[in-house]
Amino acid sequence: MTFSSSVVPMGGNRTNLEAKHHVLSVLVENKSGVLARIAQLFSRRGYNIYSLSVAPTEDERFSRVTIVVDVESAPLEQITKQLHKLINVLKISEINAAQAVEYELLMGSISTSSETRSELIELVRIFDGKIVDVGFDKLTVMLAGSPKMLDDFEALLGAYPIVEIQRTGRVALQKLDRSAPTRARSKSGKAS
Amino acid sequence: MQLTGAQALIKSLEMEQVEVIFGLPGGAILPVYDPLLDSTIRHILVRHEQGAGHAAEGYAHVTGRPGVAMVTSGPAATNIVTALADAYMDSIPLVVITGQVGTSLIGTDAFQEADTTGITMSVTKHNWLITDASQIPTVVREAFHVATTGRPGPVLIDLPKDVSNQAMEWYWPESVDLPGYKPTLKGHPKMIQEAAKLISKSLRPVLYVGGGVLRAGATKELLALAEHCGIPVVTTLMARGAFPDDNPLCLGMPGMHGNYTAVTSMQKSDLLITLGARFDDRVTGNVAGFAPYAKVIHVDIDPAELGKIRNPDVPIVGDLKLVIPELTREIKKLKVDLKSQLEPWIAELDTWREKYPLSYNQDPGGRPLKPQYVIERLRQMAPPDTIVVSGVGQHQMWASQFWKFNHPNTWVNSGGLGTMGFAVPAALGAKVGRPDKVVWAIDGDGCFQMTAQELVTATAERIPIKVAILNNAYLGMVRQWQEMFYDQRYSEVYLSPDLPDYVKWAEAMGCVGIRVDSADEVEVAIEKANSINDRPVVIDFRTDTWEKVFPMVPAGKTNDEIVIGPQEMERK
Ligand SMILES: Cc1ncc(C[n+]2csc(CCOP(=O)(O)OP(=O)(O)O)c2C)c(N)n1
Ligand SMILES: [Mg+2]
Repeated sequence: MTFSSSVVPMGGNRTNLEAKHHVLSVLVENKSGVLARIAQLFSRRGYNIYSLSVAPTEDERFSRVTIVVDVESAPLEQITKQLHKLINVLKISEINAAQAVEYELLMGSISTSSETRSELIELVRIFDGKIVDVGFDKLTVMLAGSPKMLDDFEALLGAYPIVEIQRTGRVALQKLDRSAPTRARSKSGKAS
Repeated sequence: MQLTGAQALIKSLEMEQVEVIFGLPGGAILPVYDPLLDSTIRHILVRHEQGAGHAAEGYAHVTGRPGVAMVTSGPAATNIVTALADAYMDSIPLVVITGQVGTSLIGTDAFQEADTTGITMSVTKHNWLITDASQIPTVVREAFHVATTGRPGPVLIDLPKDVSNQAMEWYWPESVDLPGYKPTLKGHPKMIQEAAKLISKSLRPVLYVGGGVLRAGATKELLALAEHCGIPVVTTLMARGAFPDDNPLCLGMPGMHGNYTAVTSMQKSDLLITLGARFDDRVTGNVAGFAPYAKVIHVDIDPAELGKIRNPDVPIVGDLKLVIPELTREIKKLKVDLKSQLEPWIAELDTWREKYPLSYNQDPGGRPLKPQYVIERLRQMAPPDTIVVSGVGQHQMWASQFWKFNHPNTWVNSGGLGTMGFAVPAALGAKVGRPDKVVWAIDGDGCFQMTAQELVTATAERIPIKVAILNNAYLGMVRQWQEMFYDQRYSEVYLSPDLPDYVKWAEAMGCVGIRVDSADEVEVAIEKANSINDRPVVIDFRTDTWEKVFPMVPAGKTNDEIVIGPQEMERK
């Protein structure tokens, strides 16, 4: 089964979707077919993947799959429980958007004329993006940022003749704890 | 010690104490069939790979040990997919080995190539494509471990031909290393205490028992729990025999064709103690109206079952064999007199039992022959621990309703997938697993025609199973739905009573064939069948075409709308 490393639906209004989306960070064994198993599970159980990205981790035995799931298609708890049943899945963390650092990358090739070129460069600068390739009458721009920021940027790019745009799907890590560690809590107080 | 991959596979199966393989060879698996000749493992040559899969299931059902099947690549692998799906639905431990084209040919549309691991991914608990002979012992060890632990299920090992021929240095792994697979066995003590508290306060509790109790081998533990508390028990289609039908606490089968008392007990219950059951739609009817007054305790080894259909008040993940005794212990600690607390409930159930028993009407003239009468006579004339295997359809429901199951693992059927053609090969596998027991397949005429050729296997391998065809000349269950819900517009359900001629067909396959047309011939025929032990027997019972299975909860309706019998049907 072939599967590009990231799948993001084209177009559409992303911002309203945030509420029904959850980010799962899934640690899997780095074995052939694991991605197929995950994709198959989602399709067979009728769960929707909104975006998905896979990359090796610092430990080469494992990969990390970051899945943005649509929880309107099924309760998140069922999705994680079913994922856990895959033999190659080691660990699943739900990343709460409010407590996560989330990044996504956008690249776009845009046609420019002598009038629009500097305007576009200015737009990229405002967003803290980069020009990564320059052609005779085109520019390729790149921006890494939160999905929301990318949405805004993409909307503004819409004013120019877009040749092609690609987005990666997001990766996320839990925000780090800023408070100093407290004393270990008593065991009996642990919720079940 | 140097071995070929093929030799390593056979040796690994021996290490796993496999005693029998159901299979059929072909190109890609040829290398493995050679060392098999020198092995102590028995091989049973089936006539169709689906039969190998169902036979392995039947074996696993009655022995509790994993069934093993081995077939070649491509069409053989696709032929066994039905059995994998069946085993997956009913949590039956199977290890299926398929040959695969050589590794250099994979992906080239080579002769008899199929993407077997891809095709079977959603119907196996896990599968493996072996790419190097050195992986064989590790993968076999892992495969048996995964198939038999946690929630059991089928697994598949795909073995390319060149890997079978490759040399490897033999080893046997000490243990399995599957970092992502650690089933939870011990129930959470606090949750078990919560469950005990709920039970001690309940007034109308029901033990809702599913096939998980049999898979866990926890029937004695269940009996102890039920008898200590005096709580009535319903046994789902998959759990028939998990609790003795003769026990006064047993209410029998709930669900679409369950009896009135079992169905209604759940509807009126204030507490469902769900043990290894999964709120299947055939049990719940319309879920929104299922057991509306009940709190739910749900114990299952598969965490994903908890909350999948119905949110439990007390979820417990764990092995029933451990959790049930813990629960009993906690209840005892509470020192409540549950038995007197439940007296009114039991009395109410008793009035229903008396008022709405399962019934049928055999005309004393003998014709038409009622299928339920046949089953009752079969039962009365069979040893009490007889293994009953069924196909799918009306005959399956009647078998479940009218047999009395008093021993675990004596009822073998296809519950979750509802696979027609299951009975004959599964009966064969069951008899191989328990040669000491009488095995009756109760089959439909439609089902029988799907896999009857495995009777050739049974004759050739001297596996003396007995088959009772309830020949109603129809795809009866479908006919019943067309009669009830499609205005008696019968579309493509007629089969004919005598095409094929089942007696001749049985004889052609080396079995004894007997025909029965009327009730007064039943006893003689069964006596004859019981006296034959050196070959399979097939009895063609010509039963009443028009008989319908009742009670029935019509699809989509709530269980409160249960239709008890034909008389009531007419009133509605
Ligand atoms: C492989 C398969 N195909 C179709 C069905 C749908 N189906 C369920 S019961 C049934 C009729 C079975 O006929 P028969 O074996 O004669 O049993 P009866 O209901 O007459 O007792 C059919 C076609 C099925 N369950 N399995
Ligand atoms: Mg029939």
